[in-house]
Amino acid sequence: MSDDRAARLTAMLESLPYIRFLGMRAELAGDEMTAILPFAPHLIGNVVLPALHGGVLGAFMEMTAICQLGVHEPARRLPRTIDVTIEYLRPGRARTTYARAELVKLGRRIVNVHVEAWQDTRASPVAALRGHFMLSPISPLPAGEVETR
Amino acid sequence: MAEPPELAANLVQLGERMVDSTPQAAALGFRLVSVEAGLAAMAVPPDDKLVGDPETGVIAGGVVTTLLDHVCGLAVTSKLLESGVFSSIATLDLRIDYMRAAEPGREVVARAHCYKLGHTIAFVRATAFDLTEDDPIATAQAAFAIGSPGRLE
Repeated sequence: MSDDRAARLTAMLESLPYIRFLGMRAELAGDEMTAILPFAPHLIGNVVLPALHGGVLGAFMEMTAICQLGVHEPARRLPRTIDVTIEYLRPGRARTTYARAELVKLGRRIVNVHVEAWQDTRASPVAALRGHFMLSPISPLPAGEVETR
Repeated sequence: MAEPPELAANLVQLGERMVDSTPQAAALGFRLVSVEAGLAAMAVPPDDKLVGDPETGVIAGGVVTTLLDHVCGLAVTSKLLESGVFSSIATLDLRIDYMRAAEPGREVVARAHCYKLGHTIAFVRATAFDLTEDDPIATAQAAFAIGSPGRLE
């Protein structure tokens, strides 16, 4: 089972162009995933500090939520983001960032996810995300229903 | 809204700098569409490397997030510039609602309005769309902290 999860996660990370653009990786411990975003110069949003772009931190946490859902729901297609609220707590410095997602409420169709991103110290997060995601159906869609994404 | 020619030129310069000199904005290929005091629009052209779902070819939500954050930032700094203030700003929070997927292969435009600029906080609304603004891909609401010296963007 854990090998399946790891294989699926690896396949997911490798198949998504935007994840490669970010340079995001992930590691699994059982069903708990830690996402890793190594620093790269193209991720900078503020050259003076320098600091990671706030959008990059938001995007990294959103992808963390989607990948954790992919690990948890291996039979489904990628979930679709409904909404996210991103809180910026500290500047994201020019170093590796980590994130973990917690599936707070797993409904039949909608999942509430909390994500935290940190750098040196997990107890001092740089940013947090709360969001809702729409699960894709497991079985093929009934005739007449159109999937929008 | 008609601005004095000098302010209008400075605003365009500010906007151009934000898309060209920010490494992440340049890497995503952001383009300045328009800028007035408190109003800004930017676009991200379609690019295979920014796809978030290889089965559909739809652009990653994260790219739209970054575009919205960036254009909201310009809406705030352009309003600050109008008041002759040159403070740094930092996003406090950003809420995004995704209405629908973007059409693959289409440029995504985001338009932001800084509708309240206080001494320490600015409030911004933004919309991202790929054809017309009344059929949005996503809407955003953001709060920015202004001028915490030396630390914030």
